[in-house]
Amino acid sequence: MNKGDRFEQVLTEDLTRTQIVQYAGVSGDYNPVHTDEVFAVHAGFPSVFAHGMLTMAMTAQALTGWLGEDNLTRYGVRFKKQVWPGDRLVVTAEVEDVRTDESGQRLAELTVTTRNGAGEEVLAGYVTARVGQRTGERP
Amino acid sequence: MPSYQFPVEAAQVALFVRAAGGTDVDIFDPELAAPPTFVQSGAQFDPEWPFRPRPGRPWLGSGREPTGDPTAGDGSILHAEQHFEYFRPVRPGMVLTVTTEPGRTWVKRSRGGGELHFAEQRTEYRDEEGRLVVAAQAVSVTPVPAAAPVPAAAPVPAAAPVPAAAPVSAAAPEEVQR
Repeated sequence: MNKGDRFEQVLTEDLTRTQIVQYAGVSGDYNPVHTDEVFAVHAGFPSVFAHGMLTMAMTAQALTGWLGEDNLTRYGVRFKKQVWPGDRLVVTAEVEDVRTDESGQRLAELTVTTRNGAGEEVLAGYVTARVGQRTGERP
Repeated sequence: MPSYQFPVEAAQVALFVRAAGGTDVDIFDPELAAPPTFVQSGAQFDPEWPFRPRPGRPWLGSGREPTGDPTAGDGSILHAEQHFEYFRPVRPGMVLTVTTEPGRTWVKRSRGGGELHFAEQRTEYRDEEGRLVVAAQAVSVTPVPAAAPVPAAAPVPAAAPVPAAAPVSAAAPEEVQR
């Protein structure tokens, strides 16, 4: 892995309400703005919308595919726009730096951006991952 | 400081991976890796977690009416940022002790003329030996419309539907000015 390497993956072509419900069920976040269309519309939203943490989890699913399951040391994001049922989501990540820490471990710093079908950023953040010594890393 | 026990179970990990769009995992693999944001689902075991219906308690979602009991809040608290630091892998069979404490609070003026009340919350997940496994930091935001009375002394509204520092749901502060 080298500075400037880029990754891109489609997370979904058409985010479903059912996937949002799946995330609510497993995570325990049953806030009805995410799961209850009647409530969400009454509250002034066009529909239910995804948990920010669902987008973060879907994005992480791509990151661990690229970087290995146990290699992340830091992962943080800002939620920039709401994600709606029917959205297409695409994540891109770019290696900004690869360095070696005091213990000799190589670490890659990546920026991470997830965009909707209109190309708007819905999530923007960073991830740091160990590289080079683990079997999890893809060549 | 609020604290609770979070048993990491293979089935919940598998369901989490499915919800995140992943393919099925081997739930009998003792080295089954919990995904990077899995610890967020510890909310299932948090006795104080506000976004879970409980028997005999008010709930804000729809039933016969489009909204439930307003004393249960209005769901308007939103998630602005989330950060994790990883120290040890999370595996089925671990029992994590989760402790949460409030952090900084600050106020920004929103484009609509109201205010956005931000609150930070730090959460630690420790294993049975007390070793730090994951450290998390959440930033939540509560939009306060211009017309709403704002308590003078408190940086976060005292009447907020959930504890100001509670980790919360989704989305973008700029998008929710209504």
